[in-house]
Amino acid sequence: MANVNYFLTEEQQMIVDLARQIAREKIIPVRAELDEKEEFPWDIMKDLAQADLFGLYIPEEYGGFGGGCFENCLAVEQLAYGCIAVTTTFAASALGGYPIVMYGSDEQKKKYLPEIASGEKLAAFGLTEAGAGSDAAAIKTTAVEDGDYWVLNGTKQWITSGGEAEIYTIIALTDKNKGPRGASAFIVEKGDEGFSFGKKEKKMGLRASATRELIFNDCRIPKDRLLGRRGLGFIIAMKTLDLARPGIGAIGVGLSQAALDESVNYARQRVQFGQPIISFQAIQHMLADMATQIEAARALVYAVARTIDSGEKDISKISAMAKLFPTDVAMKVTTDAVQILGGYGYMKEYPVEKMMRDAKILQIYEGTNQIQRNVIGQALNKEYARK
Amino acid sequence: MNIVVCIKQVPDAESVKWDHKTGTLIRDGVKSVINPFDYHAIEAALTLKDKLGAKVTAVTMGPPQAQDAIREAMSLGVDEGVVVSDRAFAGADTLATTYTLAQAIGKLDSVDAVFCGKQAIDGDTAQVGPGLAVRLGFPCVTYVGGMDIINDGKGLRLKRMTEQGYDIVEVEFPVVLTVLSCLNTPRVPSLKGKMRAKKAQIPMWSAEDIGAEPDKIGLAGSPTKVHSTYIPKFEAKREFLEGDPEEQAEALVQRLKEAGII
Repeated sequence: MANVNYFLTEEQQMIVDLARQIAREKIIPVRAELDEKEEFPWDIMKDLAQADLFGLYIPEEYGGFGGGCFENCLAVEQLAYGCIAVTTTFAASALGGYPIVMYGSDEQKKKYLPEIASGEKLAAFGLTEAGAGSDAAAIKTTAVEDGDYWVLNGTKQWITSGGEAEIYTIIALTDKNKGPRGASAFIVEKGDEGFSFGKKEKKMGLRASATRELIFNDCRIPKDRLLGRRGLGFIIAMKTLDLARPGIGAIGVGLSQAALDESVNYARQRVQFGQPIISFQAIQHMLADMATQIEAARALVYAVARTIDSGEKDISKISAMAKLFPTDVAMKVTTDAVQILGGYGYMKEYPVEKMMRDAKILQIYEGTNQIQRNVIGQALNKEYARK
Repeated sequence: MNIVVCIKQVPDAESVKWDHKTGTLIRDGVKSVINPFDYHAIEAALTLKDKLGAKVTAVTMGPPQAQDAIREAMSLGVDEGVVVSDRAFAGADTLATTYTLAQAIGKLDSVDAVFCGKQAIDGDTAQVGPGLAVRLGFPCVTYVGGMDIINDGKGLRLKRMTEQGYDIVEVEFPVVLTVLSCLNTPRVPSLKGKMRAKKAQIPMWSAEDIGAEPDKIGLAGSPTKVHSTYIPKFEAKREFLEGDPEEQAEALVQRLKEAGII
C-alpha cells in the first residue's frame, strides 16, 4: 500500500534512517525508566553526538552538516517517535544555537558552533520568566554595561537543559524605556561569575528533560558576548522561535505516529466480544481520524520547513501554523490512543499514558497554541488590510 | 597500526523461518544483517582506533551483496572494506574459509590485530577466529569480555571469559581476538560515516586476486561433511523426595552416596 511520498533526497533519507535507528535501539528501550527516574539522558545525547545529529542545522564551515529547518524536522520527528523528553533535550540545544548561527559574529561562531555541532556541549535558550511567559516583553532580567563587561541580574524560569547545558543564549533588558528595542541577546557560559541554577522542576511529562531556573546575580560577562547589536534581543528571540516552531510540530508528528502504531497493533490483537477490537467501526473510525490527521500534520510541517529553507523571510504565520496544528493533533491522538488501549492504556506497562502526559507540553511550550493563533490571526489581519 | 575486522552477513534472526521438514533455514527472502557478535568486534577495533590511532579494514567473504555489510561497517567508522567474493569460494567450511580470509588479509599492509565475533549465529562453529590465527601465525585470545591497552599501546590486557569465571591474559600485537557481546556497547552510525559509506567503492577480490590455490578453497578445500544437524537432548532425571525434613535429608544423602558424589 502506498504511503505519501515526500520526495526526500538521499541525504535526507539517511537522516531519517539514522534518527529512526537511534530511536529504536537507544531511546525506546530506556524511555520508561528515564521517565520514572526523571533521569537526564546523557548516554543518548552522546549517541546523538556520535551520529553527527547536533550539527544538522549548523554551516559546514563550523563543523556542521549545513542543513536547514527541514533536515532538523526530519531528525526530531524520528527521535520523537521514541521519546519527546529526549527529543526536547536534543532540540533545546538547537534553540540555543540558532541565535548564534543567525546573529553571531565570526568570532562567536568559531568559538561556540563547533562545540555545539559536535555535541560536546549542549546549548540552551533563556527567555521565559515567572512574570513573562506568553507576554515575553514583560521580562525583568537586566543587563547593564560596566566598562568592558555586561552585568546581568534577574531570574529565568523553566529553562530546558538548565544546569546541564554549557552555553546559554539569554534575552535581557538593556534599555527599559525603548519597548521592543529595549532588550538584547547575550551568550552566557556555565561557570560565569554570578550565574547559578535553581532546583530541578518536577513535571507531569517530559520528565527526562531537565528544567531549571537560571539565576543571574551580578553575573559579569565580557562585552563580546553580546549577540548581534544592542536592542535586537526581542527580534533575535522571535526569529529563533520562528525557525524552531516547525521542529515542535515535527515532534508532535513523531509522537502521534508512535501513538497510532501502538493503537493499531493493540486493536489488532485485543479480542473482545469474540473478535479483535479493530473490527469494530467505533475503533476503526478513531484510528482513521488519527492516521489522517497525522499525515496532514506531517505534510504541513514538511511544506513549511521547505518554504523556510527556500529563503522566505516573513515566516511567522506559517511557522505558527506548523507548530499549532501538529501539536493539537498530538494531544488528540495520544488521548485517543489511551482510550483505545482502555485500562491497559492507563497503566504504566504500556507506553501510551506517557505519550499522553508528554503531549500536553507541546501545546504549551515555545509559545502556547493560543499565542500561535494570535500570531496567525494578526498576520491575516495585516495581509487582508493590504488587499 | 592496521586493524582488520572479519565480519559475516547472516540471515536476520528476527525474520528467518525454519523448514521443519528438512531441518534447514529458509533463506529465501530473508534480510541479511551483520552477524550480531561482529558489531562488538567492530566496536572493539574502533575503540583501539580512537585510543591508539589506526586504520581499520573490514573483510568479509560472501556474495557481492556482502558489500552492504561493509558499507554498514564503514558507516560506524571503519575506514575501508573488502569483499572476498568468487563462485569458487562456495561451499567453504571453516578450514577453507580461514585459508581464504588469511590469503586476503595477507594482501593488506602489515596487520597488527584481527578482531572477530565469538561466532556467527548461522554456523555457530566459533572456529574461524582461531583457525585464522593459526594460518596467520598470530597468538589468539578467544571469548574476550574485557580489553585494556598496556605497554604504551604495544599490547592488550584481556579478560577471557570461561564457564567458571575468567582469565586475565596479556598479549602483544600482532594478535587475533574473538569477542563477546559483553565486551562493549556498539556505537550508532554517524551521518558523515553513512555518507562516506554510500559513496565508497568497495573492492571485490576474486580467488585469483588473493592468489588462492584452487584445491584449498570452496567445496574442494572443505573436508567437513555435514551428515545431519540436530539439537542435542539433555535429559535430566528428576525426583521429589517426600517426608519430613530429616527423612528428606537422609534420602538425599543416600542418593548422593549411590551416585558416588559423597
